[in-house]
Amino acid sequence: MAESAHATHGDHHEQSFFIKYLWSTDHKIIGMQYLFTGMFMALIGGFFAYAFRMQLAFPGLDIPGWGTMTPPNYNALVTNHGTIMIFWVAMPVLIAAFGNFLIPLMIGCDDMVFPRLNRLSYQVFLLSTLVLLASFFVPGGAFGGAWTAYPPLSAQATYNLTPWGAPLWLLAVALEFAAFLMGGINFITTTMNSRAPGMKMHDIPMVVWMIVLASIIFMLSVGPLFAGAIMLFFDQVLGTGFFDPARGGDPVLWQHMFWFFGHPEVYVVLLPAMGIVIDIITVFARKKFFAYKVVLYTTFAAGVASFTVWAHHQFIAGIDPRMAHIFTVTTLMISVPIAVIVFCSIATLYGGSIRFTTPMLWALAFIFEFLLGGVTGIYLGAAGADIYFHDSYFVLAHFHYTFFPIAIIGTFAAVTYWFPKMFGRHMNETLGKIHFWGTVIPFNLIFIPLFILGLAGQHRRIYNFSMYPDLAKPEFQDLRVLATVSLIVMLAFQFVFLFNFFASMIKGRKAEKNPYDANTLEWTTESPPPHGNWKELPSVYRGPYEYSVPGRADDFWPQNEPS
Amino acid sequence: MRPVATTRSATGMPTARLAVWWLIASEVVIFGGLLASYIMHRLAHDAWSVQAAYTNTWIGAFNTLVLLTSSLTAVLGHKAADEGDGERAAKMLGFTMLGGVTFLVVKAFEWTIEIQHGFTITSNTFWSFYYSAAGLHALHVLAGVVVMGIVAASARKNEELHRVELIGLYWHFVDIVWIFLFPLLYIAK
Amino acid sequence: MFEAFRVEALSTFASDIDDVIILVTVLVGFWFLLAQAALLGFCVHFRQRDGRKAQYIAGEGKKQLSWITIPLALIVLCDVYIAVVDGPVWKKVKETLPEADRVVRVIGQQWAWTFVHPGPDGKLDTADDIETVGELHVEVGKVHHFELSSRDVLHSFSVPVFRLKQDAIPGRKIVGWFEPTGTGTYDIQCTEICGIGHGLMPARIHIETPEQHAAWMSERSQTLLASTTSPRAGQE
Repeated sequence: MAESAHATHGDHHEQSFFIKYLWSTDHKIIGMQYLFTGMFMALIGGFFAYAFRMQLAFPGLDIPGWGTMTPPNYNALVTNHGTIMIFWVAMPVLIAAFGNFLIPLMIGCDDMVFPRLNRLSYQVFLLSTLVLLASFFVPGGAFGGAWTAYPPLSAQATYNLTPWGAPLWLLAVALEFAAFLMGGINFITTTMNSRAPGMKMHDIPMVVWMIVLASIIFMLSVGPLFAGAIMLFFDQVLGTGFFDPARGGDPVLWQHMFWFFGHPEVYVVLLPAMGIVIDIITVFARKKFFAYKVVLYTTFAAGVASFTVWAHHQFIAGIDPRMAHIFTVTTLMISVPIAVIVFCSIATLYGGSIRFTTPMLWALAFIFEFLLGGVTGIYLGAAGADIYFHDSYFVLAHFHYTFFPIAIIGTFAAVTYWFPKMFGRHMNETLGKIHFWGTVIPFNLIFIPLFILGLAGQHRRIYNFSMYPDLAKPEFQDLRVLATVSLIVMLAFQFVFLFNFFASMIKGRKAEKNPYDANTLEWTTESPPPHGNWKELPSVYRGPYEYSVPGRADDFWPQNEPS
Repeated sequence: MRPVATTRSATGMPTARLAVWWLIASEVVIFGGLLASYIMHRLAHDAWSVQAAYTNTWIGAFNTLVLLTSSLTAVLGHKAADEGDGERAAKMLGFTMLGGVTFLVVKAFEWTIEIQHGFTITSNTFWSFYYSAAGLHALHVLAGVVVMGIVAASARKNEELHRVELIGLYWHFVDIVWIFLFPLLYIAK
Repeated sequence: MFEAFRVEALSTFASDIDDVIILVTVLVGFWFLLAQAALLGFCVHFRQRDGRKAQYIAGEGKKQLSWITIPLALIVLCDVYIAVVDGPVWKKVKETLPEADRVVRVIGQQWAWTFVHPGPDGKLDTADDIETVGELHVEVGKVHHFELSSRDVLHSFSVPVFRLKQDAIPGRKIVGWFEPTGTGTYDIQCTEICGIGHGLMPARIHIETPEQHAAWMSERSQTLLASTTSPRAGQE
């Protein structure tokens, strides 16, 4: 079955900038829109981190670029740093940007199955971004009740003192969810139905699988929180009492709704990053992915299991203590499927011929750093140990050791790897490696001190530790300063990336079709792919990871090459 | 002009129907979360039955009947569309829309009376759930009616007949949600 | 150099929790180091070299998969062992309630901790109750129950030296316990964000010998008696 892409591709007339870049239904353009919005929000989230880390290292200092930090400022920055980095950076970049860009290209079709729904998804997302940013400029300022938004604090303006900020924050998050539901339906149905002829279930590249599974997990976990958001919004705006114990409501209900979504959400962003890493590792180790099917089915299992662990966030929140035993067991057991994925990624390196390109360095760093994030989760999953660690800097360091590899390292791996395909030019390798080491080394110097502070009992979301004699010792302050200075160094190195990114886009070495000798379909078309992706859509004859097949002259075997 | 992607069907199921099923799945968890919260609260607060006694079971029952009938006409519309009779399909969808509008009008009167009697969304958490759950459902009815109007308009011209089935699927879902809401909010006193 | 970061273990269950933490460190640390060693070792050993082609390993079949399944089985064993050790510790801290020698009331509000101590009569809700803000006085070696509640939003009552933490929920009274095993003055934290003053509600716990505690109590009782004519003057 040979499908020729529609004739209008070759000779489409000059479109205005608005039509071409802002009103486009082309999945590649929409992917870029998500990528650039996500990068912009990452700068804001990073700036927030800089501002509140400065306050922690040098309490009361007039912070350059911010000014004096007040307690409400501090809470608003911490809250929105978390919200932005998860909902406006990790999700739009890992799922939406790369999902949009990669899915049609990797499964060999010319667009998403619902291009206009796709455009609407980005527009709703953009609206949510604007609502969130607007919440900083309303009377009372931005919401400061943590990204978990526990009521009653988040429910009543008399408690949170942000009568506008809190509802706007909630509205922004709900709009963002709506955008991702639309995007998710597109990702799932496109992959289910529009694969290239011959592409069977086990021929789908891991990264596509992972984005689709992430979308399914998201779709099935976000519902209760969506309902909860409506209830919380009514509490804030109309004055209902869903979460007000004085009126028959229950504040802990929100925590269940939030974490029933919140824990699967970890896997929603983890899986795409894992998929990106797997694809990059196979290419640069020139290896077949170790145990594709095992990993695929364990990932299904991990997705299901991720719905059974949520209450480990609430061990000490006043739930029935007998429940803790069940959730301890489920939480410890979910380490098993994740271990499978990580072990198989490491096993893939065995017997390889590893090239340490910039994307490969990022991919390896992902595994290296994520391992520490993963194993420190065991402390928190064990209910007894969690009594001590809950809401301490240990938790904070733990999830930054998972989310930083996911959202930042995973993103850099993907951007540096697919940059030639996205923009038709190569990034500079030397600058790429400088940026890599300048990011990864300071990252560890930020969060290892915070692990130590957490072990020493330092609790979270405190804007000035000098009021706590046990935590105000000079040794503690030294570690805080170390973390802050490392953060500033790390942020400074991001300018190397920004320079490399934009300069390479204009002046980089022109990219050929398949610069890495990779197998997957996106490398069989031009860089960047034209509108419609291929002149003639490809068919698929084998799996995505047939590298170094014995008896072949080439060490790669593109998926679309007839045998 | 349509991308090739939109014409493929590796699963054998039309993409649009697949998408509607996923849409319904995501809606099921939204209503599921809301109703599960309501049920847990209701079990914990026996006193709410005093409030629930003020809901009008007969109006609720009438609306249930209206919605069920409208689902029947949606099925008949689907059948007509399958037979290629766009005009009849549009007519059947018209009846379904009429059912939806009737449902909303009855609901509006019902709520007006209740609010006049002082049962507002803030007067008690039972009423908060009552208005939130039924209100969210009513929004879905409204959205269904609007989309159905668009589908019916093109079906009348014998275009996009496959959409008659899709809006019907959605309408059945809206109907089923009400089948859960009616006993939970009206019958359980 | 890490001496400054050591947190004393001053309750009967603190060392149990520390033991869980040490156990997890040992078990998890082993796998962590093994995985990192494999990762780095493979990276060095299998780096690209002239004239060497990568191997073709599908990772299928029992023999190859045993590289994954055997470690996994061992990890499951480790997980089970952690759960088995952890369960009784959790049970001891959160599910059992030894007979109380004394009951104190802990009340969170925006943004201060209020503590109600039973006066010399040892009972709460009597005229000689001692109410303090920001300081809790307990006696070493006595089993204390605490009745935790909140006046407004969620707070969390955390005493790091006891390894104790419990959220306070408005509308509920949560009862827990601790038995101090050493004396001194330490931080009490609020570990659940509770509004703009969340960072501004420090409190201290004074763990006292019976003599110190009696002295504090009689001193407070006298101030209380002296101030009965002027309400609220006895606060501090």
